[in-house]
Amino acid sequence: MSEHDFLVNAAGRRVPRVVNGVEQVPYQGVGGYEPKGSKHGPPIRSCRDYPADGDKRVADLKTALERCGLRDGMTISTHHHLRNGDRVALMALQAAAELGAKDLMWFPSASFPCHEPVMELMDRGVVQRIEGSMNGPLGEYTSYGKMRGMGVLRSHGGRWQAVQDGEVHIDIAVIAAPTADAFGNADGSHGPSACGSLGFALVDSLYADHVIVVTDNLVDFPCIPWQIQGNNVDCVVEVDSIGDPAQIVSGTTQITRSPDRVLIAEYVARFLRDAGIMRDGFSFQAGAGGIALAFVQFLKDMMNEAGVKARFVRGGSTQFLVDLLKEGLTDYILDGQTFDLAGVASIASDPRHVATSPFTSYSYHGKGNFASMVDAAVLGATEVDTGFNANVNTHSDGVLLHGIGGWQNCLFSRCTILAVPAFRDRIPVIVDRVATLTGPGELIDVVVTERGIAVNPKRADLLEAVKGSTLPIRTIEEIKAEVEGIIGGRPEPPRLTDTPVAVIKWVDGTVIDTVWQVEE
Amino acid sequence: MSAQARKAKAGEAGRRGADVRSDCWASVELAHSGGIELELTSKVEALFGTSLRADIADTVRKAGVPHARVRVEDQGAVPWVLEARLEAALRRAGVTPKADPRPPRTAPPPEGTSRDRLRRSRLYLPGNEPKFMINAALHAPDAVILDLEDSVHPAEKDAARVLVRNALRCVDFQGAERMVRVNQLPRGLEDLDEVVPEAPDVILVPKVEGADDILQVHARIQGIREEKGVSTPVWIMPILESALGIENALAIASATDTVVALTIGVEDYTADLGVARTPEGTETVWARSRLVNAAKAAGVQAIDSVFGDVADEEGLLAWGVRARAMGFEGMGCIHPRQIRIIHRAFAPSQAEIDKALAVVAAFQDAEAKGLGVVSLGTKMIDRPVVLRAQRLVARARAAGLIPGEGDA
Repeated sequence: MSEHDFLVNAAGRRVPRVVNGVEQVPYQGVGGYEPKGSKHGPPIRSCRDYPADGDKRVADLKTALERCGLRDGMTISTHHHLRNGDRVALMALQAAAELGAKDLMWFPSASFPCHEPVMELMDRGVVQRIEGSMNGPLGEYTSYGKMRGMGVLRSHGGRWQAVQDGEVHIDIAVIAAPTADAFGNADGSHGPSACGSLGFALVDSLYADHVIVVTDNLVDFPCIPWQIQGNNVDCVVEVDSIGDPAQIVSGTTQITRSPDRVLIAEYVARFLRDAGIMRDGFSFQAGAGGIALAFVQFLKDMMNEAGVKARFVRGGSTQFLVDLLKEGLTDYILDGQTFDLAGVASIASDPRHVATSPFTSYSYHGKGNFASMVDAAVLGATEVDTGFNANVNTHSDGVLLHGIGGWQNCLFSRCTILAVPAFRDRIPVIVDRVATLTGPGELIDVVVTERGIAVNPKRADLLEAVKGSTLPIRTIEEIKAEVEGIIGGRPEPPRLTDTPVAVIKWVDGTVIDTVWQVEE
Repeated sequence: MSAQARKAKAGEAGRRGADVRSDCWASVELAHSGGIELELTSKVEALFGTSLRADIADTVRKAGVPHARVRVEDQGAVPWVLEARLEAALRRAGVTPKADPRPPRTAPPPEGTSRDRLRRSRLYLPGNEPKFMINAALHAPDAVILDLEDSVHPAEKDAARVLVRNALRCVDFQGAERMVRVNQLPRGLEDLDEVVPEAPDVILVPKVEGADDILQVHARIQGIREEKGVSTPVWIMPILESALGIENALAIASATDTVVALTIGVEDYTADLGVARTPEGTETVWARSRLVNAAKAAGVQAIDSVFGDVADEEGLLAWGVRARAMGFEGMGCIHPRQIRIIHRAFAPSQAEIDKALAVVAAFQDAEAKGLGVVSLGTKMIDRPVVLRAQRLVARARAAGLIPGEGDA
């Protein structure tokens, strides 16, 4: 690509004009881009083409794909409700390979180590590229320039936005369903492969040309409750197993044991208390990371002590959030994803534990979303710079490591906290310039490390609120300088080539940064 | 490293493998020609590859070795750790460094500590495990102990010594008192040669059985202090770990004026008695009481042993509360999460604090008025009561128990 093919966006990052043949809009700042036009619409379907008895079962996935008109170059979507236990994505792509399909775009809501065999399908030309998250080996595959097309990374909300806006056209959506009926109604909270909410698949069911539901727990109509409406479904395929239950949800979610991380978690909870964010009727979001879980434990004690309760908490639900609900410390759990057995049991039985979707929670192209109504979100990051800009996608050496998940969307909370160690071994987390920009600093309010808490100078109100507190409030530059003293100075910049291998989308579909091929 | 390899002028040190963190493994094979040939793998290659190579070559050259084959497997070791491992490998290869091998001091200069400083908690840090040292101070123990004794494998004593020396120079332990537990004598005396020049605040001497052990340690410390110009005090804390040690407690505590505290090693002591150790500690009540009495008689602090079950936080708290009631002023920690529980156990109650504050206020009032007699209400207050109240207030303040001051 020549210099002409790039331009510099509002964050000062060089981004390609065209990605996979599609012209791009560069990032224009938070709220800078105004979308035009109407939402994308799937083709109109008619009852005359579907069985009146509602039985849409077909023999197997191959038959279903054929019936959905599988062709070379199509986009096939799958979802990560089954996390590292998922068998359906590979089943679908391998069935497509057996039918001789080439140059497919795989559009997962996230990928996991269990999806490693997709690399072999890319080597064989079955899959041309991935637009989704590229973790672990898939991330390295992409970073070393082995993927033919360019990767596109989107947040959970951004995935909904891209499909809704017609940026991504899904030809065939394959939805793994822990329970379904022959009509295609489907739900995730029951069955041997129960995983909780199926929210990530909702957008696909609404906007894809064709929808296939794959289940290992077919029940007689009606499947109650249903989260996916059978009226959007073309075919239902019954298989022996959609996933490995042991890898779908963990039995118990692990809280961090590392004393340094426990300290970070405690600082987060104390910050919320001392800044006055923890008050009656407040709300917060906590993920399933070790620090996020530990912070909930500390916060719980402080809430009990102060006699306050939350109106709602947002998950990633786990045992720890379920305990809050059971003990009356929150009125509701608004759940985007269910992480452990306690979460699955709760969402299946407690009406106050509610499944949400990336539309209600996260999508930026809607008439508001829940994420911006949350009082505090506690998130992680691999790097953050002195302008509070953060990276969750690549290692400090520029290699793709993680997807975006709901991270970008959560930045819109009233107080966004990054809970991160100041350094990992000899790798600094606070840097001069993040290797990859995933989220702009203007939305990141607080960085909590084991060596102190840095409040974004833009949030004078928060700085004022914690003035009398005993918390170690410091500038981000101070913490950075201290860490550099320990690790032996500033690291060298990553060794990258000038070839883009992926782009990072902002929540509005604009391109916020480029992931460059790494030198071998 | 085997004796044979040493003959071949080669040495290795440190730890290797995927589970190793913040450490490295280094090997040096001396050669007659070819300069310094380096083979490096590092998990921070992309970030620090250039400076790592320069640092390694520099360390080897500074040792006076012009030709060697050097291999380093690095799992994110910070510079002073890398240099300690290389130095240990060089020494094992028979090299006595030509220039001063010590890294430049990056920790704040030692300020020295007082005899009667607060010593509620002391966090044990295994002397050959760098990853725990770097962040130890963040958990706010009153002291850290860099341990060269039981937590270090006999074959790694030399490597740990270099690592601990570098840690004393390069790690900021913030407000924590810097203690080193040396090995049992006579090996412990060699440990002193390496660590005392770095001005540690306290030397813990294990398995002390009589005053003579302390006199030897004292003499060696003072010799090194004079030779190396160490101006801050280096105190001694004997650890009594046998029936004989307990019997000689008073003589040991009064051996020199640099002894600041007595402590007990309950594990070895119960082994010496031939009894089992219990969570209640009834089998050691006499020994611990004897130690407290001897310590107080000699005017030094009495510090309790460690509580071994990290998961049993209630047991630890109960142990600490009983220890305080017996007259102990602190105990050891084997995990950072024990620190706060111990501070809570050794914290005075609110009633005690209120009373002490009233006594101190009455004293200040009497001072201000130039009165020789301190009285509170209708009661006259004796001098020792004032002193005890002042000490209690200081401790309560350190524990953050007096509103508006300190950290909870």
